Amino acid sequence: MEGPMASISLAPAPAATAGCGSGSRFAHVQQAPEDPIYGVTNAFLKDPSPVKVNLGVGAYRTEEGKPLVLNVVRKAEEQLLADKSRNKEYLPISGITHFSRLSAQLILGSDCPAIAEKRIVTAQCLSGTGCLRVGGEFLAKHYSGPKIIYIPATTWTNHFRIFPNAGMEARTYRYYDPKTKGLDYEGMMEDLRAAPSGAVVLLHACAHNPTGVDPTREQWAEIQHLVRDEKQLLPFFDSAYQGFASGSLDADAWAVRQFVNDGGETLVAQSYAKNMGLYGERVGALSVIVKDPDVALRIESQVNLVIRPMYSSPPTFGAAIVCTILGNKALYEEWKVELKGMADRIISMRHQLFDALKARATPGTWDHIVNQIGMFTYSGLSKEQVEYMKTEYHIHMTSDGRISMAGLNTRTVPQLADAIHAAVLQFA
Amino acid sequence: MAATSSSAVSALGSAAVRWTSRCIFALADNRCTWTFVPQRQLSGLTSAGVSGQKVVSTTSFVKRQFSGLRGAAFPGQKVVSTPLFVKSNSRTTMTLAAGVSKFEAVTMAPPDPILGVSEAFRADTSDAKLNLGVGAYRTEELQPLVLNVVKKAEKKMLESGENKEYLPIEGLAAFNKATAELLLGADSPAIKEGRVATVQGLSGTGSLRLGAAFIQRYFPGAKVLISSPTWGNHKNIFNDAGVPWSEYRYFEPKTVGLDFEGMMADIKDAPSGSFILLHGCAHNPTGIDPTPEQWEKIADLIEEKGHMAFFDVAYQGFASGSLDQDADSVRLFVKRGLEILVAQSYSKNLGLYAERIGAINAVVHSSDVAVRVKSQLKRLARPMYSNPPVHGAKIVANVVGDAALFDEWRAEMEMMAGRIKTVRQRLYDDLSTKDKSGKDWSFVLKQIGMFSFTGLNRAQSDNMSDKWHVYMTKDGRISLAGLSLAKCSYLADAIIDSYYNVQ
Repeated sequence: MEGPMASISLAPAPAATAGCGSGSRFAHVQQAPEDPIYGVTNAFLKDPSPVKVNLGVGAYRTEEGKPLVLNVVRKAEEQLLADKSRNKEYLPISGITHFSRLSAQLILGSDCPAIAEKRIVTAQCLSGTGCLRVGGEFLAKHYSGPKIIYIPATTWTNHFRIFPNAGMEARTYRYYDPKTKGLDYEGMMEDLRAAPSGAVVLLHACAHNPTGVDPTREQWAEIQHLVRDEKQLLPFFDSAYQGFASGSLDADAWAVRQFVNDGGETLVAQSYAKNMGLYGERVGALSVIVKDPDVALRIESQVNLVIRPMYSSPPTFGAAIVCTILGNKALYEEWKVELKGMADRIISMRHQLFDALKARATPGTWDHIVNQIGMFTYSGLSKEQVEYMKTEYHIHMTSDGRISMAGLNTRTVPQLADAIHAAVLQFA
Repeated sequence: MAATSSSAVSALGSAAVRWTSRCIFALADNRCTWTFVPQRQLSGLTSAGVSGQKVVSTTSFVKRQFSGLRGAAFPGQKVVSTPLFVKSNSRTTMTLAAGVSKFEAVTMAPPDPILGVSEAFRADTSDAKLNLGVGAYRTEELQPLVLNVVKKAEKKMLESGENKEYLPIEGLAAFNKATAELLLGADSPAIKEGRVATVQGLSGTGSLRLGAAFIQRYFPGAKVLISSPTWGNHKNIFNDAGVPWSEYRYFEPKTVGLDFEGMMADIKDAPSGSFILLHGCAHNPTGIDPTPEQWEKIADLIEEKGHMAFFDVAYQGFASGSLDQDADSVRLFVKRGLEILVAQSYSKNLGLYAERIGAINAVVHSSDVAVRVKSQLKRLARPMYSNPPVHGAKIVANVVGDAALFDEWRAEMEMMAGRIKTVRQRLYDDLSTKDKSGKDWSFVLKQIGMFSFTGLNRAQSDNMSDKWHVYMTKDGRISLAGLSLAKCSYLADAIIDSYYNVQ
């Protein structure tokens, strides 16, 4: 018995490199380029300066510059460890059922008609990335529309890798306008209008990464009209910052809920990496909302078929923490307070940085620092300016000028402001 | 003064309806108030409207634009004494769930042949039921087991208050070091020379998937040979990774043993440069392993044909009870200087099933190559899940990294492997005693690891569950890890009945 013939490989087999490997069958394998985001952390680690600042990775830091494990998370862990009835048996392929239910309620609201009508399938996956990959592979296998996904031209770089690897063709729509440092709304609408009917469109639920630029509610309504009525596009939401952007879980879910509640079909990828600080535990939930409970059941079985040959079933620990918190009223309330605390600290960093630049009368407009939403500021600084800030001021950030505001604190804001000021003057 | 405004009802488009709303402004006593009166005309729509459409839910979005009144339009503010011009624009949109689902044609997938067994078991209400489906270890009381060393490690981890930052894409460094040493031996020259590329993976499945994806990209067109039979998920992994596969003969039903000649012939016939998937020990599902002499010959042939061995090591320590002995097959290949791929899992031997902890290793000819291979394995992991989960990795690193815990782990593993051997003996004794026909049941003793390949066919396996409430996979595999001494007699009866009375 034989399996299928080889399908198209994603990269052409590189030419054999002569010399090294002395007859190794792997001699032709080339060194992969470093992931740009991890590259920043590596450069930061190598920097010997005692005043170095890491504004690269999107991981929250406290005012003291330390990683944070939420109090509710610690409480949940203690509870789990003390629970003698727990074991480490394989989870079902789609994860902890209770976790999936709670996650759907969190993003869609517990009164969401789709939930009541059982038109939703939710699978526990490995954080945002895992949800997007499983969702992408499911669509590549089962979506009856074009297997094309439209991604914002400026987006988290991993989006561009996930979908082709999943079997979807990735195309872009204009998003960021460097002139206004805001949304290129006309460009976005034009590009989506030009998409083939029924294509998939990736939408950042809130706190767009890396730009921090979100559509207004009016713009969202128009986007919804275009997606649903004009082009019948299939929306696939990436929700990595619910509660983290504005401090309100409901406000940050507004766009997703608008779409889901209009009765159309939607996919949602949820991550608990940032809003519960569960980064390394890899917890997320993929939801597919459809029009019919029968279709939902069939989709569930097919999503399972995507997961089983990828990793069989998801890791339990992080999801159990989420269940413990979301399923307990007191812990849930405590979580909301801690979440708002994180969001507020970031917002305050935005204002501090803005004020510091104003105080220095740094040339240029800096309103975008306080207008952009979420963890990142798309500063508008050039590659040269970023490089200059690294060498002269030991400020590390990605070369696209994206600043992780979560990595700032009251002590480092002045240093960053000085660096920006100097870089702007140096490369006017 | 009252003013009303309304917006026109637009014709029903493909899915949108706009309808009238009225906004009434009253200006009196120097105050302006307004009332918004939505007029929903939905009830007529479903019948009069568009066939095949259903009103599922509504959303309303109201946009208010006031001009001229801006300073004075809001309650509590003073009216300006100039001519007022009121213009309002409100629109409420409802989008209907139009058209057919884009997923209408999705068919129901069959339940997983292995995981589906546990579901069927759960649904069975009989007191006599026995779950011999999934390869998950059970105690004599048929309870799941969390190892003591795991509990100790978790307690230590909680007390040390470590953070939950992202691991690097390749996983926890301490885990990667520990896992390579466990597999190849701490003093392995390959490790010392930097010739081992190790990337933490999502248990055995995830590690196999990374290896398969690597083969697809860097050895396009190369085929993988998998044993007949093998773990049911192997073919799915290679299918989804886009790697062609075929089978090599393995199980000989006549002897209930290894079809060594068939295996060697099929490996020989494979195009040069094929990948041969080998179970490091405790073959799943048959429990039949090559002897050390046979392993030597397999290595000879693989070398001769320019193939590459891809080891699946899911039971290290569980087969014989000894971690080192169970790694002999892998170490043989490495000692011979052969390049190999190895997927490891800690699901069974550390009972970390649900934590999904394993590793993909490439043992290669030079450290330069190892560095490059590792970088490309990372490049495959990043678009799949970005970086692996931290919890299971830390447990393994803590257990292996602490001499006392490591010794305790060895003892717990010997205990688990020992219980399975005891159960095998009892089952064999019961079968031999109860079966008067003189059939040779000794394969139960000879087979190694968690599973026994009973030789029962599909209909006979169905009889096991339908009549005896004994749940197993349809290929005739039973998990001895799920069997207690107390249940051996019952199981022997069930097997004998199914074997002789069902065709």
